[in-house]
Amino acid sequence: MSESKPLGGKIFTRAFAVAFLFALIGGWFLIQRFAQGLGAVSNMSDGFPWGLWITYDVVIGTALGCGGFAMAILVYILNKGEYHPLVRSALLTSVFGYSLAAFSVFIDIGRYWNFHHVLLPQYWNFSSVLLEVALCIALYVAVLWIEFSPAFLEKGGGPQASKGVNRIMFIFIAFGVLLPTMHQSSLGTLMVISGYKLSPLWQTPFLPLLFLISAVAMGFALTVFESFVSSLAFGRPLETKMIGKLAGVIPGLLIAFLVVRWGDLAFRGAFGAAFGGGWPMIMFWVENILFILPVVMLLPRPNREKAGTLCLAAFWMVMAGAVYRFNVFLVGFSPAPGWSYFPAAPEIFVTLGIVSVEVMGYLIFVRALPVLPEPERA
Amino acid sequence: MKCGECREVDVGTTSRAGNLSRRDFIKICSAAAVYMGLPAAMGAKIAQAATARRLPVIWVSGQECTGCTESLLRTDHPDFAHLILDLISLEYSETLNAGAGEQAEAALQASVKAGGYVMVAEGSFPLKDGGIYCKVGGRTIVDIAAEVASSAAAVIGIGSCASWGGMPSATAVDMGGKSPTGAVGIAEALESKGVKTPVVNIPGCPPNGYNFLSTVLYFVTFGKLPEVDDKARPKFAYGRLIHENCERRPHFDAGRFAEQFGDDGHRQGYCLYKLGCKGPETFNNCSTLTYNDVGASAWPVGMGAPCFGCSEADVGFTAPLHSPARPIYVTPPALFTGVDGGPKGKATTGGALVGGAVIGAVVGAGIVTAKKTGKKAEEES
Amino acid sequence: MSINRRDFLKLTAASGILLASDVKPGQAATGKEMPPQAVGFLYDATLCIGCKSCMYNCKKYNTMPGGALYTEDGRNMNEWNGPEQIWDAPRDLTAKTLNIIKAYAEEGEQSFIKRHCMHCVDPGCVSACPVSAMQKDGKTGIVTYDADKCIGCRYCQVACPFNVPKFEWEEAFPQLRKCELCRHRLAEGDIPACCEFCPTGASIFGPVEELRKEAEMRLRLRTGSEYEYPVGTVDGAFKLPKKVDQYVNHIHGLEEVGGCQYLMLASVPFDKLGMPTLPKKSYASTSEGIQHVLYNKMIAPIVVFGVLAGAAFRSTKSERGERDE
Ligand code: SF4
Ligand code: SF4
Ligand code: SF4
Repeated sequence: MSESKPLGGKIFTRAFAVAFLFALIGGWFLIQRFAQGLGAVSNMSDGFPWGLWITYDVVIGTALGCGGFAMAILVYILNKGEYHPLVRSALLTSVFGYSLAAFSVFIDIGRYWNFHHVLLPQYWNFSSVLLEVALCIALYVAVLWIEFSPAFLEKGGGPQASKGVNRIMFIFIAFGVLLPTMHQSSLGTLMVISGYKLSPLWQTPFLPLLFLISAVAMGFALTVFESFVSSLAFGRPLETKMIGKLAGVIPGLLIAFLVVRWGDLAFRGAFGAAFGGGWPMIMFWVENILFILPVVMLLPRPNREKAGTLCLAAFWMVMAGAVYRFNVFLVGFSPAPGWSYFPAAPEIFVTLGIVSVEVMGYLIFVRALPVLPEPERA
Repeated sequence: MKCGECREVDVGTTSRAGNLSRRDFIKICSAAAVYMGLPAAMGAKIAQAATARRLPVIWVSGQECTGCTESLLRTDHPDFAHLILDLISLEYSETLNAGAGEQAEAALQASVKAGGYVMVAEGSFPLKDGGIYCKVGGRTIVDIAAEVASSAAAVIGIGSCASWGGMPSATAVDMGGKSPTGAVGIAEALESKGVKTPVVNIPGCPPNGYNFLSTVLYFVTFGKLPEVDDKARPKFAYGRLIHENCERRPHFDAGRFAEQFGDDGHRQGYCLYKLGCKGPETFNNCSTLTYNDVGASAWPVGMGAPCFGCSEADVGFTAPLHSPARPIYVTPPALFTGVDGGPKGKATTGGALVGGAVIGAVVGAGIVTAKKTGKKAEEES
Repeated sequence: MSINRRDFLKLTAASGILLASDVKPGQAATGKEMPPQAVGFLYDATLCIGCKSCMYNCKKYNTMPGGALYTEDGRNMNEWNGPEQIWDAPRDLTAKTLNIIKAYAEEGEQSFIKRHCMHCVDPGCVSACPVSAMQKDGKTGIVTYDADKCIGCRYCQVACPFNVPKFEWEEAFPQLRKCELCRHRLAEGDIPACCEFCPTGASIFGPVEELRKEAEMRLRLRTGSEYEYPVGTVDGAFKLPKKVDQYVNHIHGLEEVGGCQYLMLASVPFDKLGMPTLPKKSYASTSEGIQHVLYNKMIAPIVVFGVLAGAAFRSTKSERGERDE
């Protein structure tokens, strides 16, 4: 994989220091969480048993980590070799997104010392959507590291070193597409069982399909956005040409999403709640506007050649997916009258800490390993 | 206790029997006023009325155990002597008459002729077989009661027997479900004789003496009987359930019950509902007005014995002693959590602030990145 | 030898039936069919006087060893009369309160409602739990919880249509708590504490089949007539006579989310008593249905994997080829 190469340079930059500080704060609250229980740092309650950590760190975090998944579909399954240079950086985001999602699960579950039960067949309950999600994510984390391993091997032994792995890589690539397909859809299925507790604006048997489509779209969008960010951050030339072409995929995906979403709403006659007032109503419209924005911005072909527009559209797309997931897991969720939830400050700091670890990891890896593509030859 | 001389005593200044000062007397009247739910200041007015004219009282006893009189004898402020010597004028009473036989009956006749008295009925009145089961001086008690009542200003039925038959009217299975003597309360007895004098009931077995005293003083002061409920009981005394003011009520509300006599809960003063306490369906003020100034807890439930509902017509002597009561009012909902439990869950300002800042930062960073990217693109081209 | 032809035929027939009954593992596996010997409760709100004896004794007997609230440090026990103890007045079910009496009083209507686990025939919690910590007993139908298996993911809380399982948020080593139908007492031959200590017969225990019959019968009683209500158990010898109230013509728990082993009768509509309005089909079965379509015997995933691997093999050819040469 000659098109990637380590960035080099100093690791301990200002950005790194800030991230490190946030990681420390998060760590401090994590100590509290383990010493005094979940109630000490989080606002989760018996009405909202899942809060920010599951919603952001796991459900959204893995969707953001779908870059690897999305690029694998494009490059390996649809055989669009021209995007190959983007694969590795997308993979890296995925590696961190997923690994830290798994870590978040560990801190979120109350009885973490039993964590391994999820992996032991004698405990498995096959009707549990969460089991499927957990196993899939666990496997996928392993697959991601394997997929990413050539970067390590090449670092040590040059391009030839990854030869062995590359020979059987197609198996892992296939897994790398199958597993996210399974669990990204299942993340949606998770909420089906909550029934009436989830507002009809979001509760539907199509949750898995909607989650899958939006995860792929988010994967592409984040790859696009991230490419611009790394260009800015590391002072590298923009990859507008390739990225512009890639971004062409997004409107199609989003239109597919919106057709299913609104078709389902209409079919179930659930529009009433869209004007029902309160946060669910507001967030429903925020979500939908965010989904429509990138379509409007990216549909005209000339726009896809404008780096600024591309970047902003990708950002809105990422936000749209995130808001959609927040809505399904928190905003639209109402277990019974009287319950409310908004994350506590320490809870948010733990999440920020985890994101910071992600950023730190990314910074180290791109500088030390062949991840980012060599500058585009214009 | 025919005691003509007593009438001459000036209660306004002193009282012989127990040195009842005017102050004490007003205190008693004020206490009575409070029992009746009147302003304490009414005490003076009551005292004035009671002083102005001592109310003649004729006590007619039917089928009774004398318990009502006995317990009245043991009241403290005023003690019974004060009551019958200073506050009222007891003209005739089977139990307390000083004289006996012809002499006593003659006094009764004289008093009836004088009129302006209140008749107190104690015990039940048998109607079966022409009322032959209870006679005084050869006349059935029903006839005597009817005669006395017809010239009385008012009739007070003291005790459950006089109120609606009480224990003597209890039906026995082997008696075909009927009382053997056809015992009824005074109201029904008078009705059967066509006497229309108003009746007020002070049920209880025995009733608290103060409920009786207060009723009498009310009549003396206002010249009419106090407001009564559908069972002709003065509302001031019988307006609330035992259960509403019971000292064991917190245990009821918390679900803590004596399950058996002598068990742990019983010893700790838990609620007696499961032992058959009829407090929840019995209107009376035992739980607030203790008996005869013995002190706190001097009432059945206070002693650990379930209330048996003496002041309710179809509870005391009717419902099985240890069967659970059927509460009339349920516990006010304020003592429970509502069906949705009110606001729950946590949302903190700190979280809202940090959350808002993070959202702002993310959106801002996104837009700035896009702007910078746009600029960079221009520079590159 | 001693088996003659007839016996042999009988045996064959019997095993045939056995086999036939084995042929519907779908039902057995998902527990959608209530076990014939399932036990449960019937709560008749028209009898309830709000004395909370059920609540108190639920806590008292479940904090004893074997109970669902038991802890070694006794932190869940009823408050005692010591100065440092606080009055226990929960607002809802909590990890310390498995059973709660709530009151409704509005528009001249009044009723209590007793809330605890419904022991669903098709429980959301059991379907959701990834590690089989929530299980439905094959014989009694009791929905049990095993802390030793539980990972504390709280998906059961999300999945329960009645918001029953509660988590120990303030504990460093928490677990879930929910009513387990006093299974420790049943094992000793006792009945659930809430039913044993209910003085009025508002809460009674018994086989669900009989409870259903009793509830249906009560709905047919004439309002105002007198009925001898059993106390303790549905077939209990001790009965208390009471005038029949006007019932709402609905047995809550008969059909809700596939049926519950906790049935309720009341004189006030159940939605006013805070019970969610629920479909007959359980959410668990909807969720499982989706999973079943997608993952039945893993056929779909395997096929997809094959296709993906093929495609990936093709598109990585150049890389492999490049390096092979
Ligand atoms: S009520 Fe909730 S906890 Fe109880 S069995 Fe049903 S789903 Fe499980
Ligand atoms: S919290 Fe425990 S019992 Fe509930 S679903 Fe998770 S593992 Fe199962
Ligand atoms: S013990 Fe019976 S009567 Fe008392 S609150 Fe509980 S269900 Fe109601």
